[in-house]
Amino acid sequence: MDWRKPSTGIGSVATNSALELSRRLRRHALRMVHAAKSSHIGTCLSMADILAVLYDGVLNVRPAEPQWPGRDRLVVSKGHGAAIVYAALAERGFFPVTELDRYCRDGSPLTGHINSHVPGVDAATGALGHGLGIACGLALGARRSGAGWRAFTILSDGELDEGSIWEAVLFAPHHRLDNLVAIVDYNKIQSFGRVSDVLELEPLAAKWRAFNWGVRELDGHDHDALRAALTALPIEPGRPSVLIAHTVKGKGVPFMEDDLLWHYRSPSDAELAAALAAVSGGEKAGAP
Amino acid sequence: MRTAFIETLCELAAADERIVLVCGDLGYSVLEVFARRFPDRYLNAGVAEANMTGVAAGLAMTGRVVFTYSIANFPVIRCLEQVRNDVCYHGLDVKIVAVGGGLAYGPQGYTHHGVEDLAVMRVLPGMTVVAPGDPVEARLATRAVVRQAGPCYLRLGKAGETVVHQSEPPFAIGRAIPMRDGSDVTLISTGGVLALVAGAADALGRQGIRARVLSMPCVAPLDQEAVERAAAETPLVVTVEEHGAGGLASAVAEVLAARPSAARLLPLRLERRAIQVADDQATLRSAQGLSVEGITEAVSRALARRA
Repeated sequence: MDWRKPSTGIGSVATNSALELSRRLRRHALRMVHAAKSSHIGTCLSMADILAVLYDGVLNVRPAEPQWPGRDRLVVSKGHGAAIVYAALAERGFFPVTELDRYCRDGSPLTGHINSHVPGVDAATGALGHGLGIACGLALGARRSGAGWRAFTILSDGELDEGSIWEAVLFAPHHRLDNLVAIVDYNKIQSFGRVSDVLELEPLAAKWRAFNWGVRELDGHDHDALRAALTALPIEPGRPSVLIAHTVKGKGVPFMEDDLLWHYRSPSDAELAAALAAVSGGEKAGAP
Repeated sequence: MRTAFIETLCELAAADERIVLVCGDLGYSVLEVFARRFPDRYLNAGVAEANMTGVAAGLAMTGRVVFTYSIANFPVIRCLEQVRNDVCYHGLDVKIVAVGGGLAYGPQGYTHHGVEDLAVMRVLPGMTVVAPGDPVEARLATRAVVRQAGPCYLRLGKAGETVVHQSEPPFAIGRAIPMRDGSDVTLISTGGVLALVAGAADALGRQGIRARVLSMPCVAPLDQEAVERAAAETPLVVTVEEHGAGGLASAVAEVLAARPSAARLLPLRLERRAIQVADDQATLRSAQGLSVEGITEAVSRALARRA
């Protein structure tokens, strides 16, 4: 793969809205999991809007210079959402969009869980409960270097079951990491069923507050709300921020929404066509 | 060894601003000297080894050389997945330090016995595994792991180990340290049993058995050449380690099995069985043959059988 080739994606954020980006990301992710016959489309769709807003001007990154030391870091801790993360990076210009066709195949670095050997990926993830600790280390490193960049991490709700997450939740406020931003993709479904049935997280916001984080709850599919929150950080001075983003697993494809099945199942040809039509929002479900 | 380690780390940190020390709320009366001298580069992560290791990975991603420090299994097995995924997969400059390797915390019970660490660490991708044999090697190993790029594991004893090396031997990652030459048997030692092995070589010498002694602080990468030479030049290769299955003996066996050699391997190590009683390190070692007498007897018996 020639990673240095300019992207055929949207490139500049100025000319494209996050809404259009989120549609493209959804289309890419659907095509990728369909072609690779892989799973986790539900979790991809649930964070599509979060990623779209982050990469539409919130994250300070330089796609032509992925290792630029001054960049904001993003650790997507829910590594099983790899397809849509790669889609976002390709659309943002980190590598050619055509490479997405090789997702999970052909010796591609685009593995089914997020791979740090892909330009624009700051940390490999896939085993749950790792991202927040790494993000704490990144934020602390920036702080102690006097650098102004921030560390973002996207967590799944299911991974909040992991004890290591709560070690990090305890750590970050103690070290006043107000350059750390956690976003919980709270779609209420984990791998064996509803979060409330498997291992209840509620009262979730109160838990983070009790650990001394700045907390904001929002609709994780409302671009205006996401942008408002992500451009008014930290939520509280001197504290790390957490956005508890209420989302819907499979969002954007009515027959996938809020259904555990789509944590596992890969869409058939007919389902792909229907899904692409659904996420195109009335537009033609043509090439992304 | 911990004193040799922390003194050396302070020297290194004075010259290298990248060096950071993160502990898991252990190291009382050892780490203070570093914390006082380098407050901006010291961090107590609390009793939270998984996060300690994740934080170390994140810090290392910002260009630092990060030492994590705790007792026996805590920085190794407790957080093994963070070591594997966060540190090793990213090839980061995280140097994991465990004090109390082997049975140094003998009376404290099995939770504090670091007897599987070498096995676990040596199979991880890119992980350099070093178990110094005495305080002199501990000093040299500390310098070497800073020079060595990527993840390293430094298994230290506790305090008061016998100084075996009277002067600083040449020390390089992946290289054995020849202690004495001999043609009847090769004794390969890793970690804190080095003094016992040196003593056994003396005792064997009094019986007319000429033992070659290799100190092998580096279990991964292993000095294959030194092992192959030992197998070619001495009929018996004996490994000695304060560790159970999967450590030095296994690493040496892998080398020997891959090459035609007439040499036999005698592994002297701990049984794959949790110790359920309290006793001091020397007694627990001796009970499983890890003493000057035990090693001497096992070697002369093996040579006699052969003859």
